[in-house]
Amino acid sequence: MLDRQKGSGEQRRPRVAVFKFASCDGCQLSILNLEEDLLAVGEALDLAYFPEASSEMKPGPYDIALVEGSITTAEDARRILAVRQQAKVLITIGACATAGGIQALRNWADVEAFKQAVYPSPEYIQSLSTSTPISEHIHVDFELWGCPIDKNQLLRVITDLVVGVQPRLPGDSVCLECKRRGHVCVLVAKGIPCLGPVTRTGCGAICPGMGRDCYGCFGPSEGERKGPGLPPNTVSLATRFHRELQLIPVEVVRRFRGINGSVSPFRTESEAWEKKT
Amino acid sequence: MPMVSQSCGVLPRVDLQRLLDALSAEGYRVVGPTVREGSVVWETISSVSELPIGWRDQQEPGRYRLEQTGSQELFGVVHGPQSLKPFVFAPREPLLQITRRQDGFTTSPTLPQPERVAVIGARACDLAGLVIQDRIFMNETYRDPYYATRREGLFVIAVNCTRALATCFCASMETGPRAQRGYDLAVTEVDEQLLVESGSEAGRDILSTILVPAASDELISAAASSIHACAQSQIRRLDHSRLPQALYEAHEHPRWDDVAGRCLACTNCTMVCPTCFCHTVEETPDLSHQHAAHARLWDSCFTQEHGYIHGKNIRPTIKDRYRMWLTHKLASWIDQFGTSGCVGCGRCITWCPVGIDVTEELSALLTPDVQPPLALQHKDGP
Repeated sequence: MLDRQKGSGEQRRPRVAVFKFASCDGCQLSILNLEEDLLAVGEALDLAYFPEASSEMKPGPYDIALVEGSITTAEDARRILAVRQQAKVLITIGACATAGGIQALRNWADVEAFKQAVYPSPEYIQSLSTSTPISEHIHVDFELWGCPIDKNQLLRVITDLVVGVQPRLPGDSVCLECKRRGHVCVLVAKGIPCLGPVTRTGCGAICPGMGRDCYGCFGPSEGERKGPGLPPNTVSLATRFHRELQLIPVEVVRRFRGINGSVSPFRTESEAWEKKT
Repeated sequence: MPMVSQSCGVLPRVDLQRLLDALSAEGYRVVGPTVREGSVVWETISSVSELPIGWRDQQEPGRYRLEQTGSQELFGVVHGPQSLKPFVFAPREPLLQITRRQDGFTTSPTLPQPERVAVIGARACDLAGLVIQDRIFMNETYRDPYYATRREGLFVIAVNCTRALATCFCASMETGPRAQRGYDLAVTEVDEQLLVESGSEAGRDILSTILVPAASDELISAAASSIHACAQSQIRRLDHSRLPQALYEAHEHPRWDDVAGRCLACTNCTMVCPTCFCHTVEETPDLSHQHAAHARLWDSCFTQEHGYIHGKNIRPTIKDRYRMWLTHKLASWIDQFGTSGCVGCGRCITWCPVGIDVTEELSALLTPDVQPPLALQHKDGP
């Protein structure tokens, strides 16, 4: 995706910028959490604009823009256009930027009522009625899923870009990783409503490894469902939750309406079960 | 059934520790089933007390539960999700380290360290799976050195089954419940006694070091009748008498649409299967552009990329993937390897999150469809 500069001599380091929209900063922190790889990252990249790490903020254009957060204000909807214009390659990092995030729960609710309930002077709050992923506003070159993202996936994508190859990340279910790691299936052995069978791998199967049910923070396995008969089969899993694991419909809705609740087929699944409540 | 050398000894249940100690003294790392997260997993053990004493497993489609009976039974748990597969076909196997040179690159194999591992508690179905994996990875023409290194250090103490799970169907696959081959020692737990039989030179050597008395005819006969009763008690069976041809002929059967409505394509059935051997390879470069690690990982015919060739996915839908798996496992495997790919362990039934039962699916697929095919096109989804 980036043109790799061939020939001998010193290569120019790619200029990288990190931008924040509506988010908690946790995904940006994943970069600083690279620990033993951080020095190598600092050598390989020119971190030109990264306010969370440095107050020295150099102007664009940038080779790579990492975008965290969703679009929740009119100002941000304008600002993301300017970010796109300054970036050769634009990558969204995390559930907020890629799927709208937990704040996209507002898409099913009345934001005006929230403002009235929370703020003494709600007229000062300038907020859109929806939280939307970056890809609804501009062209995105690559999306990293997760809440937060996995730092090794980020490192892998950056490495691929620097070397000059198209980044690829697996879209397989969390179950594949659970079994590779020898974790016992929490759905089968404990009867808890794990979303692992329909959720994208990449986290390292952290929750089932700790005996907890996956709550889908990496979004649907194989991405948004592209057509009938294709994975992920949320219909079958939701039916299992209801019939055998005894979840009532509103609990099925909450299962699928979480951090990535706005993405198909999680969205369509929660909406189908909402009609049964 | 091939007969093994009948050097049968008897070991009181309380004396099993002597066998574990003898294995340790011979340089083996001893591995056995241990209770973890509501099931059993293989762990390194040093004491018999680490085995799931008094526990029993109850398995049914999509459900696994352990219960404590309060007995001193050592091998009451039939099995957990893992077969012998992870010991020999590692879930993640580093293959090569690649280093850039001025005029190209060099590779150096990263073979596993040879290690002697003694596994106690493998079942007849696990051994049947191991024999099949040997055929794939230890093929004379294409011998896999990574698998071979792990396989050569493996010492297997099988446990003959005297209790069948609701999901077991090894009797119909003719792979159990008595371990037939591939073991070094085989144990049958009969009340307080363990009948121990050797199946290899290494097994006989270990048995000779712990000086077990010869088993009585009564014990041998009691063990045989317990194993026979276990086979008789199996409620599931897989009728493979018309395979492979009957399944090829069922290629357009509407049951594939039905099962695809339930299947999650989550890969669990293939991961727990003792014979599934699909894998992918992965390159992990570092930021310096000087090094890359080349590794093999467990893969599955249920993943999206498994069906991806030359710019096109030839198995996009869940129906394509389930049909590919079942047809290979039960039919084309026979053409390919001269044996079924199914050993009747029932793990794919238990560990399927939605409880799809391979015996039930096959039975439905081999029953002629009475509906006119056109009617299906108007059928609503699940």
